[in-house]
Amino acid sequence: MKNLKATEPQSHRELSGRVKSFPFLALCLCGSVAFLLLHLFAFADAQEASPLRWGGDAEGGAPYLLPNPKNPREIIGFEIDLMNAIGKQLNRKSVFVQNQWDGLIPGLQRGNYDLAVNGIEITDDRKQQVNFSIPYYVCGEQLSVRVGENAINSLADLKGKIAGTLKASLAQRILEREGGMEIRSYENQNNAYDDLAIGRLDAVLMDWPIAVYYAKPNPKLKFTGPSIERMEYGIAVRKEDAELLKQVNDALLALVKSGELRRIYEKWGIWNAETDQLFAKFSSASQPGQVYEEFTQNITKKLTWRERLERYKSYLPPLLLIGAPMTLLISILGMAVAIVIGLMVALIYLYAPQPLSWLARAYVELFRGTPLLIQLYLIFYGLPNIGIRLSPLVAAVVGLGLNYAAYEAENYRAGIEAIPRGQMEAALSLGMTRAQSLRYVIVPQAMRLVIPPVTNDFIALFKDSSIVSVITMVELTKVYGQLASTYYDYIGVGVMTAAIYFLMGLPFVRLARWAEKRLATDQRVAVTAKKRWLGVGAKPAEG
Amino acid sequence: MSALISVDNLRKNYGAVTALCGISFDVEVSELTAIIGPSGCGKSTLLRCLNGLELFDGGSVRIGEITLDRNNGLSPRDFNARLRQLREEAGMVFQSFNLFPHLTALENATLAPMVVKKIDRKAAEPKARELLKKVGLGDRMDYYPSQLSGGQQQRAAIARALAMEPKVMLYDEPTSALDPSLVGEVLSIMRKLDDEGMTQIVVTHEMRFAREVADKILVLSDGELIESDSPDVIFTSPRDERTRNFLRSFL
Ligand SMILES: Nc1ncnc2c1ncn2[C@@H]1O[C@H](COP(=O)(O)OP(=O)(O)O)[C@@H](O)[C@H]1O
Ligand SMILES: [Mg+2]
Repeated sequence: MKNLKATEPQSHRELSGRVKSFPFLALCLCGSVAFLLLHLFAFADAQEASPLRWGGDAEGGAPYLLPNPKNPREIIGFEIDLMNAIGKQLNRKSVFVQNQWDGLIPGLQRGNYDLAVNGIEITDDRKQQVNFSIPYYVCGEQLSVRVGENAINSLADLKGKIAGTLKASLAQRILEREGGMEIRSYENQNNAYDDLAIGRLDAVLMDWPIAVYYAKPNPKLKFTGPSIERMEYGIAVRKEDAELLKQVNDALLALVKSGELRRIYEKWGIWNAETDQLFAKFSSASQPGQVYEEFTQNITKKLTWRERLERYKSYLPPLLLIGAPMTLLISILGMAVAIVIGLMVALIYLYAPQPLSWLARAYVELFRGTPLLIQLYLIFYGLPNIGIRLSPLVAAVVGLGLNYAAYEAENYRAGIEAIPRGQMEAALSLGMTRAQSLRYVIVPQAMRLVIPPVTNDFIALFKDSSIVSVITMVELTKVYGQLASTYYDYIGVGVMTAAIYFLMGLPFVRLARWAEKRLATDQRVAVTAKKRWLGVGAKPAEG
Repeated sequence: MSALISVDNLRKNYGAVTALCGISFDVEVSELTAIIGPSGCGKSTLLRCLNGLELFDGGSVRIGEITLDRNNGLSPRDFNARLRQLREEAGMVFQSFNLFPHLTALENATLAPMVVKKIDRKAAEPKARELLKKVGLGDRMDYYPSQLSGGQQQRAAIARALAMEPKVMLYDEPTSALDPSLVGEVLSIMRKLDDEGMTQIVVTHEMRFAREVADKILVLSDGELIESDSPDVIFTSPRDERTRNFLRSFL
């Protein structure tokens, strides 16, 4: 089992191009002997023998899929119970495959597993990519607020407020449609509800079961208003697996009829009126086939090239108007912070007395030696614990700036140390203080020495800024993620986003080259000056 | 009237190496004093002690009103202020010029007056131009050091030091890094300054220059001031055996 998992990604990459239509082959690559045996066996009796592999994201949390708090190596959740029950119906062993939630449907299409089950809402967009089973659960979105909050009772009350939700969720789309508020989207419901509790958010809108598990038990939070809209969770199946889809639907109907599904939901405390109504409809349908058809006739119309181009064009406004300017802003502010603090740290390191210079050294080692991601988490989610609550933009700029300051400090240190000692002596001998010598003689010379490495760092910071999406900043990479997961177009949006990063970085490279040339006058004209003495007679370019 | 500069029992060690052992001498206003001696005898160290670039272990240095001695009980802050006062009195010219490469000749000569004396650019520039003209760089003011020949750079460095209006100019082998053909133009500036009455102390190996221009010659050997006299005496009838040996190497 463990072994199988480890070899998975590679084997699937090889497979997906050639023999995608034989999902059982995935197993076969485990070993050459097993390969042959299974292959033969599979031809004989494929479906019954192979386990039912399904993908989900155990990071999604309760009550869907989560590591068992008592034994973290075990994954539990109502969807585990659901899939075990379906497996039993189909006479196949249910096997859970971990996959990032954003990538569940791409993973399904690549053949990493045969079903995707993890609170995936049945939408028209998704139905173009995959088929869905009949819904296995229905719920709405639940608005939560702080206990003392009485002014917010519906979406309409959110005007001018700050609302949080999960990235790329139905709730986010509902909030966007409502408009008039600031929306912050999170990777993780804990962070959103924490921010609500400490006042960084005014309300959080999330799927009802999530709210039941994460907001209801929190004494600082409460539900407000009825649940909003209605969404149906379905099991995603590859388009070509029509037979499997039928089997899954039959199994679901059987579980509804036998009451087993209801028992699962009751056990997890998420049985609700909406699902009750849905199941009543299933039971009264005279022919299961009708319901089945209702949900499976949505075969994708293939997009024409023109439609595809239109769609690509529609990606541009959010990427260029929302993502790119924010990325640029964060990068430039972050670099400004890095340059100023970096220079200070370098000067303290080089010229301050013992304990201070030791601290500067420690700063550099600490910020270079730990991951930027964790620094950002500490700044954004950790600092509120000691009463420092930064807005996402400030946290992003501070985080990137402090991290890159460590690298800039090293650049400056090397640059300053490269200036000959005689320069400082000459400045001192003219009566300047050490600080004046640094400011007017040493640092200006060091500046031009460090232009190339600082430019490199800026380009790197520019790309690293993509990481701040984890603290709810909506910048270029976040917009990319949203578009890609909405349209299930990771390649198209990805290439466009990469191109935007590249094109935005170009002017800075150019600018740096130009500055380097201009500032290095003394070096450049050394050549012309030499020629002049040799009688070649070039006039110096600069005055 | 007392001397402009007096050095009293100056001592300096680098770890176990004794660089200067008890040097004393005076310099009168308008004198040109040449310091000669074999390599490693402590000439540079002596000069650098005179303007506080090197801290000494004993004795004292006085230029005009400013006295620096090792055990003066000054706070570090006051001591540094005293160092800067001393440096303002003494202009320094280095063997390797040490012009600021990111500034033009003119900017090199205006930086310190503007930063240290807080003179504004309008007042500092005419003065610097005048000095650059005086050292023969009237047509090179806006050139960067890399656009100047070695002789021109050293002359610009002299103008830079003069711009602070020092009471004395200190030169540490000002022509040693120059092509022989460029030595003369630097020496002639020093001659000109001597004619104008500038007090100068020059560490040099240019014996003809020392003999012709110096009022007094100090001979150092192994950190010791072995002889101090007029050029005529030093070059014709030195008393010390070591002086004779040293001068013989220049024949
Ligand atoms: N920074 C230093 N550290 C250790 N020893 C030094 C240092 N500077 C000079 N010395 C030593 O002090 C002595 C005098 O040096 P210096 O004044 O440079 O001689 P000169 O200029 O006459 O050639 C030499 O023995 C030299 O090796
Ligand atoms: Mg020397």
